Amino acid sequence: MPAVEVHNLVRDYGKVRAVNNISFSVDDGEIFGLIGPNGAGKTTVLRIISTLLRITSGEVRVFGHNVAKEADKVRKLISYLPEDAGAYKNLTGIEYLYFIARFFGEGKEIEDIVERGVKIANLGKRMDDKVENYSKGMTRRLLVARALMIEPKLAILDEPTSGLDVINAQEIRKIVQNTVKNGTTVLLSSHNMLEVEFLCRRIALMDKGKVVEEGTPSELKTRYNAANIEDVFVEVIK
Amino acid sequence: MSHLLNIIRKEVKELLTPATFVPIIVMALIFGSMGNMIGGATEEAKKLPSIGVINEDRGQFSSIVNETVYSMAKVVYNSTSENIEEGVNAVKEKGGTALIIIPSNFSINIANNQSGEIEIYWIMKGAGIMDSISSGVVESILHELNTKISEELIEKGNINATFALSPTTRNETTIFKGKEMNGISPGTISAILSSQSTAVPIIIMIIIMMAGGMVISSMGMEKENKTLETLLTLPVKRSSIVAGKIAGSAIVGLLMAVIYMIGFRYYLSSFEVSGNINLADYGLTLNVWDYVLVGISLFLALTAALSMCMVLGTFAKNYKSAQTLTVPVSILALIPMFLIMFKDFSTLPLSLKVVLFAIPFSHPMMAVRALLFGDYMLVISGIAYAAVFSFAMIAIAVWIFKTDKLLTGTTIHLFRKER
Repeated sequence: MPAVEVHNLVRDYGKVRAVNNISFSVDDGEIFGLIGPNGAGKTTVLRIISTLLRITSGEVRVFGHNVAKEADKVRKLISYLPEDAGAYKNLTGIEYLYFIARFFGEGKEIEDIVERGVKIANLGKRMDDKVENYSKGMTRRLLVARALMIEPKLAILDEPTSGLDVINAQEIRKIVQNTVKNGTTVLLSSHNMLEVEFLCRRIALMDKGKVVEEGTPSELKTRYNAANIEDVFVEVIK
Repeated sequence: MSHLLNIIRKEVKELLTPATFVPIIVMALIFGSMGNMIGGATEEAKKLPSIGVINEDRGQFSSIVNETVYSMAKVVYNSTSENIEEGVNAVKEKGGTALIIIPSNFSINIANNQSGEIEIYWIMKGAGIMDSISSGVVESILHELNTKISEELIEKGNINATFALSPTTRNETTIFKGKEMNGISPGTISAILSSQSTAVPIIIMIIIMMAGGMVISSMGMEKENKTLETLLTLPVKRSSIVAGKIAGSAIVGLLMAVIYMIGFRYYLSSFEVSGNINLADYGLTLNVWDYVLVGISLFLALTAALSMCMVLGTFAKNYKSAQTLTVPVSILALIPMFLIMFKDFSTLPLSLKVVLFAIPFSHPMMAVRALLFGDYMLVISGIAYAAVFSFAMIAIAVWIFKTDKLLTGTTIHLFRKER
C-alpha cells in the first residue's frame, strides 16, 4: 500500500488556485521530495496531507486513510514539521519533548520516545534550558527531534534544514536517512536541490500549483541532460 | 503627496481597523445608555414623589402635616381611617414611594411634650443607588415636617429645646420584593446591600478580564510562536484542545484573581458600612442551596466568558492583537457591574434588562441580591442562559478548530471586502 496517494487534488484560497489538479504517490519506506519555486504550492500540499487544510476537490489518502474523512486516524500515523515552526518558549527542551510524547504513548513508552528525542536533538545540557534561550539552529534541531522521535509511519518535513548551518544541516540529513531505515516514510520539501538529490529516492517538481515533473533524480537528470537537480529545476521552470 | 501625508495615510489605514473602533463605538453606546439612565434619575429626583397619607389626627399639628405633604408630594392615596393594607396596595398600584400614617394621638402627644410618632411604610422598588432617589425625596418631606412643627413649638415658647428640635419620631417598615422589614429604611437597606454586593461584581469582572485575557493571549501566542500547526496535527480531539486551553487559562486566571483580591479585600473593607444592622435579622440570608446556585452561576459565567474568549482568540494574529481583543470582553464585564451598582434588574428599562440578561457575566453579579429576596426565577433562568451560551460558544470554538480557518484566517477577514 502506498504511504501517500494524491488524486486530482485542488485547493483554492478564495479566487486563487494554489494547487491545481495534481496527482502523485509516495511509496512506503521511501524519501519523496517536493521541490519548486516559492508559491508553487508545496506547503499547501504538505498541509493538506497533514490534515491542516481542507481539500477543495480531489482525494488524499495516507496509508489508505482518507485525510478529509479520517483525519483522527491519519494524525496517529503522521508527524508534521512546518517550515517556520516554533516551540513553546516557556518550556524547557526536555519539557517540550515530554509534552509531545504524552500524545503518543503511556508510561515506559513516553520515556523511550523522549530518550530518542534527546538523542536526535543532541543538545546536551541545553535540553534543560527554556526554549526562549535557544538559537534558531537549536530550536530547529529540537523540532526535528520532536517530529521524528515518535517514529511516525509518515514524516512530513517542510524545509527540515531551513536556517541551519552546514554542519547542523548535514546531521539532520543523516537523522532523516536513519529514520527511514527504522521504517518511517518521509515526504519533504526543500529549496536545497543538493539536499533533495542526496536524500530523495523520488522527486516531484511543482510549479504554479501543478506537478510538472516526477521521477528519480537520475531519471530527471537524464531526461534533461543535466549535471544535477538544480539544472533540472532551472530547465523545467524556465 | 508629501512624505508627511504619505506617512499619515499609512498610519490611519493601519490603525483604523474594526478591532480598534468597534470597542469605542460600544463604549460610546454604553455611556449613552448610562447617561439616559442618570438623566432619568435626575428627572425623578426633581419630580414630586407619589405617596399615600393616612391622617387620623384632628389636632393642631394635623394641618401642618397636610400642608407640607400636599405641597411637596403628589398624594395618590388619602384616608382618615387606618387601613394600612388598603393604603399600601393603593400606593403600590400607583407607583408610589411611601405610605405615611399620622396616628390620632399625634398632636396630643406633641402638645404634651411627647414625641409624635409617624408611621411610614416604604415601597422599595430596587436596591441600586438610583433606586433610592425617590425615597430620599420623601425623607426630605419628613424632615421638612419635623422642621415646621419645631418652628411652631418654638414660636409658642416655654418648651424643652431638645424636644422642640425633634418633636417627631418615626416607625418605619420597608416593603421590598414581598418582604416586610420593620425598623429599617430603603436607604439603609440599599447602603448595606451595595457595600456587601460591590465586591461580587468586581471579583467577577477581575476573574473574567484576567482569565479571558489568558485564553485570548494563549491563542495569540500559539500563532506568534508558530506552534499552532504542530498542535493541530497531534492526535488529540479538537474539543480537548479547546477544553484544555479554557481550563488552563481558568486555573491561571483564578489564581491571579485570588492574589489580586487578597489585596483588594482590604481596600474594600475600608468602605464597608459599620453599624448594628444585620440583614439576617430581617430574614435576608442565603442558605446552602442559595450558595450552590451562586457557585453554579459563577462557574457558568466563567465558562461562558472563557469560551467566548476562545472564539475571539481565533481572530488573534499575534500576542499584540490578542491584547486588543480583550477589550470587548472587558467592556462586557464592566456593563453589568455599573448597571447593577446603580439600579436593580427589576427597575431597569426593558432595553437595559435585555442587555443585562444577554451578558452571561451579569448573572452571578445579580445572583446574591436576587437570592436574598427569593428571586429564584431570575437566578435559575440566568444559569440556564449562561449554560446555553457557554455550550454554543464552545461548539463554535470547536467548529473553528475543526476547520482550517485558524490557519487560513478566513474568520479574521470577515470585515474585509472581496477584491
